[in-house]
Amino acid sequence: MKRLGLLLIIVSFLPCVALAKEAKPLSNDPELEKRVMALSEQLRCLVCQNETLAGSQADLAEDLRGLIREQMKAGKSDKEIIAFLTARYGKFILYKPPVDPTTYLLWFGPFILLLAGLLFLFRYLKQRRDLITEQPLSADERRRAEALLKTAQGNKTA
Amino acid sequence: MRYAIPLVIFLVIAAFLASRLRGGYDPHRIPSALINKPAPEFQLQELRNPTQTFSPKQMRGKVWLLNVWGSWCVACREEHPFLMELSKSGGIPLYGLDWKDKREDALAVLEEMGDPYVLNVSDFDGRVAIDYGITGAPETYLIDQNGIIRYKEVGQLTPDIMAQKILPMVKDLNK
Repeated sequence: MKRLGLLLIIVSFLPCVALAKEAKPLSNDPELEKRVMALSEQLRCLVCQNETLAGSQADLAEDLRGLIREQMKAGKSDKEIIAFLTARYGKFILYKPPVDPTTYLLWFGPFILLLAGLLFLFRYLKQRRDLITEQPLSADERRRAEALLKTAQGNKTA
Repeated sequence: MRYAIPLVIFLVIAAFLASRLRGGYDPHRIPSALINKPAPEFQLQELRNPTQTFSPKQMRGKVWLLNVWGSWCVACREEHPFLMELSKSGGIPLYGLDWKDKREDALAVLEEMGDPYVLNVSDFDGRVAIDYGITGAPETYLIDQNGIIRYKEVGQLTPDIMAQKILPMVKDLNK
């Protein structure tokens, strides 16, 4: 029985093994591969949009990495390759959004919110402080307070 | 008054989230960088007749549709019957770009479901698709007489999109 269970467990893992794809042959120049990966870290996979081109297994991402590799081999600079890709896919392919009028809200919005929050906070604190009016003690209250303070001191020394 | 500000903030956030959840918002609809730019040139083998090549240059003077598809693409199959209708109506010439496909597979689909295309080109390594900024199939481009891309539909063409967006533009372009 125990053996059967173990076998079942092993069998249940088999499909995962079968699904794993063989790694694609990369170029045998490790320096170039490093450059390809570094640049694709800065680019977005357009299929699985929250992934970088470097991390994605989508077919299109693989094609684009191949294209980057090719262009690097042809001596293109990172800037030229980014220009090539944004001309085709738009700025959306940049994983780190550039600072330009369409992204001002994205970049500066949080600071505007912070400022608004601080303004609100200060105004609120000021309002609350204005509500507090200090009342002077009456003669009777003062006598009681002094008496209490005296007994407290007396207790301490005792 | 005490509750008004949080309530307003809540309503603004709720309205924003609702607008994104409803109304057919699809994050894969990336605005094309190529609208009103020249359609990238290419020269590719014809699918049916690989000894011949086709290039968008040949379409100068015509308004036409370029539909990107593949036999592996399920949404393209769903779109196919409408493309058949479209080609029968004869309103606008429909050309196909068979993307990252195998020739036999593509021909089998056209055999099975009918062939709505004037002709198809084979982009089996996907290089031309990258020039066109394609992120998935199906996608369809409207290209004018001067070879300028006027419109791009990401996803399936539907009778609504055709009637409301593409055909009015075609009418304007043909004036």
